[in-house]
Amino acid sequence: MSVLTLSQWQFAVTCIYHFFFVPLTLGLSVLVAIMETLYVRSGQVIYKDMAKFWGKLFLINFAMGVVTGIVMEFQFGMNWSEYSRFVGDIFGAPLAIEALLAFFLESTFLGIWVFGWDKLSKGLHAAAIWLVAIGSNVSALWILAANSFMQEPVGYTIENGRALMTDFWALLANPHLWVQFPHTVLSGFATGAFFVLGISAWHLARKSHVDVFRRSFRIAAVFGSLAIFLVILAGHSQAQQMVRAQPMKMASAEALWQSEDPASFSLITIGNEPERRDVFAIRLPRLLSLLAYNRLDGEVKGINDLQAEYEQKYGPGNYAPPIAVTYWAFRFMVGAGFLMLALALYSLYHVMRNTPWAKFRFLGLLPLAMALPYIANTTGWMMTELGRQPWVVFGLMKTEDAFSPSLTPGVVLVSLVLFTLVYGVLMVADVYLLTRFAKAGPLGLEKPVAITEAYWE
Amino acid sequence: MDLNTLWFILIAVLFTGYFALEGFDLGVGILLPFLGKSDIRRRVILNTIGPHWDGNEVWLLTAGGAIFAAFPGWYATLFSGFYLPLFLILLALIFRGVAIEFRSLDANPRWRTLWDWAFAIGSFLPSLLWGVAFANFIRGVPIDSTFYYVGGFWNLLNPFALIGGLVSLTGFLLYGAIFLCLKTTGEVQENARRAAFRAWLPASFVLILFTILNYIQTDFLARLGVNPGVVPIGAVLALLIAGYFISQKQDGWAFMLTALAIVLAVVTLFMQLYPRVLISSLDPIWNLTIYNSSSSPYTLRIMSIIALIFVPIVLAYQAWSYWIFRKRITENPENLHY
Repeated sequence: MSVLTLSQWQFAVTCIYHFFFVPLTLGLSVLVAIMETLYVRSGQVIYKDMAKFWGKLFLINFAMGVVTGIVMEFQFGMNWSEYSRFVGDIFGAPLAIEALLAFFLESTFLGIWVFGWDKLSKGLHAAAIWLVAIGSNVSALWILAANSFMQEPVGYTIENGRALMTDFWALLANPHLWVQFPHTVLSGFATGAFFVLGISAWHLARKSHVDVFRRSFRIAAVFGSLAIFLVILAGHSQAQQMVRAQPMKMASAEALWQSEDPASFSLITIGNEPERRDVFAIRLPRLLSLLAYNRLDGEVKGINDLQAEYEQKYGPGNYAPPIAVTYWAFRFMVGAGFLMLALALYSLYHVMRNTPWAKFRFLGLLPLAMALPYIANTTGWMMTELGRQPWVVFGLMKTEDAFSPSLTPGVVLVSLVLFTLVYGVLMVADVYLLTRFAKAGPLGLEKPVAITEAYWE
Repeated sequence: MDLNTLWFILIAVLFTGYFALEGFDLGVGILLPFLGKSDIRRRVILNTIGPHWDGNEVWLLTAGGAIFAAFPGWYATLFSGFYLPLFLILLALIFRGVAIEFRSLDANPRWRTLWDWAFAIGSFLPSLLWGVAFANFIRGVPIDSTFYYVGGFWNLLNPFALIGGLVSLTGFLLYGAIFLCLKTTGEVQENARRAAFRAWLPASFVLILFTILNYIQTDFLARLGVNPGVVPIGAVLALLIAGYFISQKQDGWAFMLTALAIVLAVVTLFMQLYPRVLISSLDPIWNLTIYNSSSSPYTLRIMSIIALIFVPIVLAYQAWSYWIFRKRITENPENLHY
């Protein structure tokens, strides 16, 4: 295998793995902050117990997000040095700003929050977790500003084979950023909400710590319903932006070979990718036009037409991404999203009606539903990044020109295998701890137990 | 002063801050299995750095981000060229960050011993490798006309670089031990003081050796950059005087002087480099400098404004966090997080 292929795999593994932890950090930090604020305002100790319990789970997850994030920041230079040279003038800035504005804030105040329960006033302590939540979400803004440039380059000029920034504000006003940022952050909120809903439901079904989990469930049902509803709206805007800026990604996500007007939406397509034709397909007429333009007609370009157009514009080559993966990633994401909407609204309905827990049907489904946001988050990014191929920066640089020429396949293979192994082991440990603490409930394992036996004295 | 120089200084400041802060928590990490002969002592040791280690590490992330933003050419060549050492540092930092959070979450002694060793090794590797990396920076590495590193992995492990690695390793070990003296009481403190006393001699020896070799092995004397003058001598002197304060049990002074030694040593390296960022051992015309590897003036200007606003704010709240947790950690399980 080539350095390019191995580096692509390594990026995929480390990126997907990193984004397993990030959304929960985004959402759960806000939920813990809300709980602690309720404690400060009401003075009821139960909210403190809640903040501590969910805070513990937050910490276990946070540690993994942080350490896997360091890899992300380094590997642009390590594996994608030509890319780094080409876009460094633009791409490096948001990364540095992210570290300066967000990473310092979240890590410093998380330290203060964890160790400061007895050292700070109640209000100041709650402010610390809010700053962690703000730091995490601000971090998302800057990294997505960087990613948005890859999707839809703005505010630049090309000089001596390098992309140079000409307008910092254009980078921040990138239309792609303002659909992607809400979509991503709100997905994080929904992930946090489903995490709390699932674990609370598990306890409520067993009647353990009912008071804590009843309150947690209520907060998460309201927060989650709102979040997932807005995720879908933001996703809709993002799809429309995609039709404008990256039509090939949309065409692939819809397995739309030829341009159509009005365009049909694929309910299910089994396609033959090399020959670019349907083997079996059910399509709903006009629906894709409706999604793309909010009206019943309007042309959505197909893969073959775009291919011809791009060949004229950029020269010979294959300009279609891996179509099957993009297509199915899109479907899994949207499917999981709507299932989440249904479950969140169903939970909210019972919360509002104050249904007794014994009569709350399908409560046992919610712990399983914790998987849904993870499916949606992962497939969403697969669609975003794979659907952009063959480009690393859309229209400016191809992925095949972006890797580090000074590397040999051997070293990348070593790092890929070791990253994968280490990440696998850590995932086992992480899930083990999360399960253990989630099941133990509040106060169950609050303080770490000291073990009395000596090590080798 | 042009913006390229400003950013070179800013990156030097970020690395100096990183080593002056993370230096002691790396040292504490290496000492963990040796000074923590019981579970409660290990927990005391970990709790001394608990609120700070993550914030300290962000200095590195910010330095990395700043290199990318201000000098993309430097970032591209350095990170791809030093691929394996950086990969090892990354693995170490991963284990370290996870270990400190996970170790206390299960009472099984084997679980805890496992993560404690992961933490110690995760602290040991970066302590050694940073010295190796920085020694290579000032010595020069094979960089060809395409501005890419062409030396392979083993080339980085030359004797000069390995001695550089020992400098950072022993220095951080000493620094961590003194930090423990400051932050603990009773037997942990006594053991830490003994460790500091033992680490001081080798740390001073390798620093002096490295300083002398630096004059012989690099272009220090035929320098192109700024004359570091007495700065390297200052680093050696600070470390020697620190030894006196360790013996007098004046931990505060010992800590300040060790910190000063680290700061001056890092400053020396960057002065020696300036205006180069990576030295080509093949031909000086292939050196990467703050001019041929930099971002556009526009990006540098934007980044300067942002840095000038936010760096003071970050410094203020990090200092505040050290102020909050200024008290010593005692062996009272009620107050321990880990």
